[in-house]
Amino acid sequence: MKLFDSIGRYVILMSRVFTKPQKAKIFRHRLFDEFQHLGIESLGIVAFISMFMGAVVAIQTAYNIDSPLIPLSMVGFTVRQSVILEFSPTVISLILAGKVGSRIASEIGTMRVTEQIDALEIMGVNSANHLIFPKIVASLIMNPILIVFSMWLGILGGWIAMMASKLVTSTDYVYGIRLDFEGFTIFYALFKTLFFAFIISSVSGFYGYETRGGALEVGQASTKAVVVSSILIILFNLVLTQLLLT
Amino acid sequence: MIEAKQINKTFGGNHVLKNVSCMFDRGKTNLIIGQSGSGKTVLMKCLVGLFEVDSGQVIYDDRNFSVMNFEQRKNIRQEIGMLFQGSALFDSMTVMENVMFPLNMFTVHPYEEKRERVNFVLKRVNLENVENLMPSELSGGMRKRVAIARAIAMNPKYLFCDEPNSGLDPQTSGVIDLLIKEITEEYQITTIVNTHDMNSVLSTGDTVAFIFKGELWWKGNKDTILHTDNKELNDFVFGTELTSRLKK
Repeated sequence: MKLFDSIGRYVILMSRVFTKPQKAKIFRHRLFDEFQHLGIESLGIVAFISMFMGAVVAIQTAYNIDSPLIPLSMVGFTVRQSVILEFSPTVISLILAGKVGSRIASEIGTMRVTEQIDALEIMGVNSANHLIFPKIVASLIMNPILIVFSMWLGILGGWIAMMASKLVTSTDYVYGIRLDFEGFTIFYALFKTLFFAFIISSVSGFYGYETRGGALEVGQASTKAVVVSSILIILFNLVLTQLLLT
Repeated sequence: MIEAKQINKTFGGNHVLKNVSCMFDRGKTNLIIGQSGSGKTVLMKCLVGLFEVDSGQVIYDDRNFSVMNFEQRKNIRQEIGMLFQGSALFDSMTVMENVMFPLNMFTVHPYEEKRERVNFVLKRVNLENVENLMPSELSGGMRKRVAIARAIAMNPKYLFCDEPNSGLDPQTSGVIDLLIKEITEEYQITTIVNTHDMNSVLSTGDTVAFIFKGELWWKGNKDTILHTDNKELNDFVFGTELTSRLKK
């Protein structure tokens, strides 16, 4: 029952979020702020994780190729496929669910418990739209950019690892990256990313907005936002993969 | 003028407001007093529409607020200013941006005009050279004054203050009380103040409504409150060591 109650309240909140912003200029201003907070400020962690992720995949693949029948270009191929299909869209989205999701939930939750949301409502501002809509739009725009950046860095990380370890030559690695490339994999990854971006921003916004109480409840809301977003990302990853790749 | 008619509000099985009817006059500081948990904050939130009433009506100058939807309420809400217990300033904005927020949201005036209005209201609450500070850099009293400035920036017809003295020392409380009273009389605002501070009651209470266990128990003003024989009100008024000694 509690689950259905939460889903109902989420749907009602989203119906308030997806309305026309009251003032286009203020929406634009808030949107650019969110680009900064949700996107630009996540570049560092995305870059760090992607580089190392690509490097580890490359090293592990290279070590596991024992047979002389398997060409070493398979390392580049495997890194590309792993990074594009799964690591960048899903793992980085999970990282963003932790970083961005907790930020959104705690920011909005703090505004709730310090009556800042009530202050907006009293003024006649649709607080749900004013606070959550720019975050959803910013996530939908910034997350695909971050994921493409992550794909590129993941593949680069693999190349650097191979050059440093001398396990695979640059020619073999680059040949593997270009081998049998299908543009659809990028579409699949970005489609998943958009879906996950919506989950992260809207679910975290919901838990922040529904916060009642004080500092303790803000912390709980933030944790719930991360946990629920992560579970939903994992679940929808399976559903979307099944729908798009089979 | 604001009128509350037969307001009832329940949370779960807890009947918090029981048939509360009350009139709040224009140009006067109307106080709602009562013990913590008596229902005065719930009453105020029902009046401004943050809580929906279970039954009863809230009338703003012949406009029935209770039956309006969000869009219809917008017009009345733009005539409302509210000072919250914790000031409720937007943390991510400077003082200037906080006070300018309602002007940016609801007016199309050029920036210079809005800036002039912000400077005027900040000066009115005796604050100068704080425009570029963040709320976290202000003292409690200054935050309250910025919140009052934001509340009056749109020239409201109705001003609600939820425990404006909480967390302030007696002297600063007096300054805030006086400011609210002056603004109310100067701009002929219908002001409703929630408080349990007897200093505020005696200095600003043009009308006083005492809420006891969710019911309107007594109504009067700052002059009559000290001479009532209402037991519950006397317990409330003379409940502190200082006031009981003064009574003796």
